[in-house]
Amino acid sequence: MTTAFPPGRSLRSPKFAESAKVALGMPQLRSNLAHATGTIRGKRATVVGELDDWESLRDAAAAIKADVQHRMPELAVAFERKATEAGATVHWARDGAEANRIAARITREAGADEVVKVKSMATQEIELNEHFEAEGLKAWETDLAELIVQLAEDRPSHILVPAIHYNRTEIRDIFKGRMSDAPTGLTDEPAALAEAARLHLRRRFLSAKVAVSGANFAVAETGSLVVVESEGNGRMCLTMPRTLISVVGVEKLLPRFEDLEVFMQLLPRSSTGERMNPYTSIWTGATGGDGPEDVHIILLDNGRTDVLADEVGRQALSCIRCSACLNVCPVYERTGGHAYGHVYPGPIGAILAPQLEPGRHDDLPYASSLCGACYEVCPVKINIPEVLVHLRQQGPHHVGEKAAMGAAEAVMARPRLWRAALGAARFFSLPWRKRGSVRRLPWPASKWTVSRDMPVPPKETFRDWWKERER
Amino acid sequence: MSAKEEILARMRRALDGAGPVPVPPREYRRALDEDADVVEMLIDRLVDYKAEVHHGVDAIEAALGDAKQVVVPADLPTEWRLGRSVFIEDRNLATEDLDGADAVLTGCAAAVAVSGTIMLDAGAAQGRRAITLVPDHHVIVVRRDQIVGHLAEALPRLHPTRPQTWISGPSATSDIELQRVEGVHGPRRLDVVILGD
Ligand code: SF4
Repeated sequence: MTTAFPPGRSLRSPKFAESAKVALGMPQLRSNLAHATGTIRGKRATVVGELDDWESLRDAAAAIKADVQHRMPELAVAFERKATEAGATVHWARDGAEANRIAARITREAGADEVVKVKSMATQEIELNEHFEAEGLKAWETDLAELIVQLAEDRPSHILVPAIHYNRTEIRDIFKGRMSDAPTGLTDEPAALAEAARLHLRRRFLSAKVAVSGANFAVAETGSLVVVESEGNGRMCLTMPRTLISVVGVEKLLPRFEDLEVFMQLLPRSSTGERMNPYTSIWTGATGGDGPEDVHIILLDNGRTDVLADEVGRQALSCIRCSACLNVCPVYERTGGHAYGHVYPGPIGAILAPQLEPGRHDDLPYASSLCGACYEVCPVKINIPEVLVHLRQQGPHHVGEKAAMGAAEAVMARPRLWRAALGAARFFSLPWRKRGSVRRLPWPASKWTVSRDMPVPPKETFRDWWKERER
Repeated sequence: MSAKEEILARMRRALDGAGPVPVPPREYRRALDEDADVVEMLIDRLVDYKAEVHHGVDAIEAALGDAKQVVVPADLPTEWRLGRSVFIEDRNLATEDLDGADAVLTGCAAAVAVSGTIMLDAGAAQGRRAITLVPDHHVIVVRRDQIVGHLAEALPRLHPTRPQTWISGPSATSDIELQRVEGVHGPRRLDVVILGD
């Protein structure tokens, strides 16, 4: 299977303003996104409102993460020592290429040519799947949304719900067209689609030799890793295979096991709007007779130490990838995740991507209206507007000004642009529907589904739209 | 320079001149108010997650329903092995045997009322992780004294370095239009039996 983007796409990918323009002309995308982000905003608000100490939890989380950043060398070494004592093998990777090489070597040494994967932002960031493909290995995504995206040869568009840009009918079509064992007569009922995914992956889970995961937290005190999930695909990957490889960014460290009492209240409520996610797995090295015997942890830098060097920017390393900032962002809601051209979209992407890959995403700090909604919801209190302004000041001035004209303001305020974008979108939409099935379209329309009957683009201004949304 | 040395050197360089940071404030709650009814709250949350809740040891039979083959950890109390089912002790059962079983019956380490979370830490009556994962129906027995109000009260009860699984309802996904659908890869049916009052 080929991927829609070759590795290193960020060099070639269109700038935010151009991608956003096309996205804006796709009413199906906009409606899918508005529906999804609206739903999740409501759920989040309800469960956050249940806790009378939410602000104290945020303060604690922000301070714990700041402490982690200041003691990172010490904590990383402590983590390595504890995990090693517990039977894990800890590897260090300067960049994505090194991490991929290590993971591929371990896979081969385990006598496997394929791995099952738990959804992980770190492995997306380093393009592990593409690297495996190039080495003749296969990485199977097992998270439902990741599976959808992989089958569609697409890219994730949201941190938490990577297929948020597809609605149920589109997902049904992807399954029917691309999943060899899709049940006949598959409907677009979410339960039927989930059942199809269960059947599709069951054998693979029970027979896989190697799994690849990320981690939400790495506890320095104990050498433990934590994976938070819903479906049980994580538990399958973390429990059934003999070999487990976890790729963990160095910023995921927490000093103490007890710190989970803070983060495990903040994360599920901020991300899926649940009091707790269905499953959390915590493991420490290898445990004889229970789960993988061959346990590897790859501690990943890949630009993180550069972020750490920026006193203002380093707070981006506190991110726990909850995606709450995406769900409240008026720019994200209109453009979707692909327009950002990086695996981390939305407000967090706008401050993280330019720092992780300096020089490549100088326009992203302008993909924001600085409305501050992201800061308000961020469970670890990352002052995203502050970092955006800081990065704008650092970026090359001319790029900045041009991008400022082209990106957020255009997205928010100019109906003319919507109309211009509409033409492009209609053009892209034709081959999509004619074939009656999901097929690849040229970038960037390949990233979104397009409906043929496009309504007149909205004439509202950003302020009207914002007011409407607040009601 | 090894990758480890280089990354540590980069970190130290990045932090050069950074002053100390304050000790994290921990003014958040660590417990529920004393008058909170934690059992009531736990039940409410479990039902919300579409788990079924039962009371008393005699209800184990009902919780198991018509499961014929039931996997149990070898140290499961004998007084819990009730009903018409055949109880298969896990002495390193093969994956196919787990896959062929109708249900699994275990105890737990702790349960958190606020979030409806039941925690397993590979301790007594819980078994290894695979047995509570592969069968499609999980029945968990929770003793009243294992129920706490708040997450912060539960963590000290867990063995921090044994494999843990925190379970909040049956397997679910919200990946399709953010609509929660119960039942993907983990057990699709979760029954909880509460013992003691
Ligand atoms: S920046 Fe904050 S709100 Fe956004 S994903 Fe990260 S933790 Fe969540």
